[in-house]
Amino acid sequence: MSRSTQSKKEAEHLAEWGADGARQKLGLMMLIRAFEEKAEELFALGRVHGTMHLSIGQEATAVGAASALRRGDYLLNHHRGHGHCLAWFDSDVDAMMAEFMGKETGYCRGRGGSMHIANVEANNLGANGIVAGGVPIAVGVGLSIKMRQTDQVCMVNFGDGASNEGAFHESLNMASIWKLPVIYLCENNQYAMSMPVTKAMTVAQISDRAAAYGIPGVTVDGNDPVAVYEAVAAAAARARAGQGPTLVESQTYRWRGHSKSDKQAYRTRDEVKEWQQRDPILRFAARLGLSDAEREAMRQAAVDRINAAVAFAEASPEPDVRTIMDGVYA
Amino acid sequence: MTTPKLLSLENLPVAPPAGTREITYVEAVREALRQALTADERVFLMGEDIGVYGGAFGATAGLAQEFGEGRVIDTPISEAGIAGACVGAALAGMRPVGEIQFMDFVTLSMEQLVLQAAKIRFMFGGKATVPMVLRMPGGSGTGAAAQHSESLENWFVHVPGLKVVMPSTPYDVKGLLLAAILDDNPVIFVEHKLLYKTKGPVPEAPYVVPLGQSRVARTGQHLTVIATSLMVNRALEAAQKLAGEGIECEVIDPRTLNPLDEAPIVASVKKTGRALVVHEAVRTGGYGGELVSRIVDSAAFDYLEAPVRRLTGLDIPIPYNRNLEAHAVPQVDAIVAEARRLARGEV
Repeated sequence: MSRSTQSKKEAEHLAEWGADGARQKLGLMMLIRAFEEKAEELFALGRVHGTMHLSIGQEATAVGAASALRRGDYLLNHHRGHGHCLAWFDSDVDAMMAEFMGKETGYCRGRGGSMHIANVEANNLGANGIVAGGVPIAVGVGLSIKMRQTDQVCMVNFGDGASNEGAFHESLNMASIWKLPVIYLCENNQYAMSMPVTKAMTVAQISDRAAAYGIPGVTVDGNDPVAVYEAVAAAAARARAGQGPTLVESQTYRWRGHSKSDKQAYRTRDEVKEWQQRDPILRFAARLGLSDAEREAMRQAAVDRINAAVAFAEASPEPDVRTIMDGVYA
Repeated sequence: MTTPKLLSLENLPVAPPAGTREITYVEAVREALRQALTADERVFLMGEDIGVYGGAFGATAGLAQEFGEGRVIDTPISEAGIAGACVGAALAGMRPVGEIQFMDFVTLSMEQLVLQAAKIRFMFGGKATVPMVLRMPGGSGTGAAAQHSESLENWFVHVPGLKVVMPSTPYDVKGLLLAAILDDNPVIFVEHKLLYKTKGPVPEAPYVVPLGQSRVARTGQHLTVIATSLMVNRALEAAQKLAGEGIECEVIDPRTLNPLDEAPIVASVKKTGRALVVHEAVRTGGYGGELVSRIVDSAAFDYLEAPVRRLTGLDIPIPYNRNLEAHAVPQVDAIVAEARRLARGEV
């Protein structure tokens, strides 16, 4: 696809969203950023424990992808997926923050924490702490959709590192032979912990791996919500039409370390700064023609909402130790 | 919209009389699968060569023809994929029954079983269910050597969130398989290759044997033998021989390793004062250790008149040579000898 054609189509999508829709998506990206910056701050202050895998810099992928799907579709997510959870249907930022703080009012009643956010009622089937752990699960969700003959789709998102796991390849193969309505969204943020993509595989693009399964593979600018939307919408249309899975590679970059213990010895500050020049939020705000004041007002609104979530979470009860065995078995 | 066809525990008899019709263990497995597929549209099967081939041991013979390839799904050789697909389908409201061709190959599925199936419900605060069954034939005795003869059941017993079922009779395998399919938890369902051709009475209509109920397979007052899977048959054979010597064994089959119904075991050991645990899996880290602990932790402790003994597979991989293979796991004569020593106070 030539760049000019793509731009024209993207402009059409942007027009489809309308000014309000586009601003709402920008606001969601800001909410994700504010959530993660606050979570990071709370961690530093010792008010959130454990670890966390921040997706700061990758917000456009989460928002673009969810925007292309419908309520009733399924989401499978991995541990750098806070943005996907917040962008998904019926998401609840209070329950999300409460889960980070291990509270009973959290999405998972404080049992899962940042790596395992799920909202099963909204078909958000949860985030996975195992690299590629959710990828084979997508096959089963896809099979269930096919058997029930609905027009739902299942989107599973994961990182570049996951595409080197055997489970990824088994899953793509099975979904392709059965033409399952699965969207494989690979969020290529350039590093699997410290391993750069360029050292971990010989293919030029992760989407090239789709060829091994006879399915379409596309690579898009993951810092552009419209580009991600377009690719995921095309994959969803194909899935709903019974034509099977698509591998979408979203090229992006994580600004922070892998988790909270990463000294980032494997990359340069210049490289990080170069990617920060492509900040998905600033770029999209500029594209929507927002003034600095308008943008700042939106950012402040997102921060305010997150502060309210923190207040909710802090006021929430801890899980009762007497319920420790809950949920081991149904 | 039509009401979906669903099988329900409430509609099924619990452990009905066995009747007189005799079928084999593998036929009982197939009958349970057929009845589940017929009665419940959420149920489907997936596994390697389970379609037109009928399964490596014939458990699914004819089912693909009867229910179609959409519900009896041949998969590529992808054990992680099979387990993962079962997890996903279960999460999305189906009742998948996967088959792992040999229990050995479940090693390739472990991540999906241990880190996904077992933990999803708990990690998500009890808000998700993973009602899936993974069937797999374990055990040695077929000359298939070290990579097709494993008894790995205790790996799964050690994982909270999984249930582990190990039936020894045609009657139990049918009723327990239907109960496992209707259970809202992931169930590891361990069959045994040498049991597939054994025959026994099985009611034709669907029924359940509840998970978590031990069975007293034979009553006796001198010694309690707790055995699993194929070893139940060998223990019963040994008990028959010992009865000729005046030694009466009580033989208990836990049937479900997790959750374990320990009450009948404790009650029996209180009665006999002596206990022998028999399983095919290797000794170290085996289920026998758990059974012995349950006994000595219990009210039966004060009634013990001898050490609680284990007769198990040797701590080796299963050898190919026929004679070596036979010596790797407990045989009837070994059970007879060990039980006799225990009953006579020689240990």
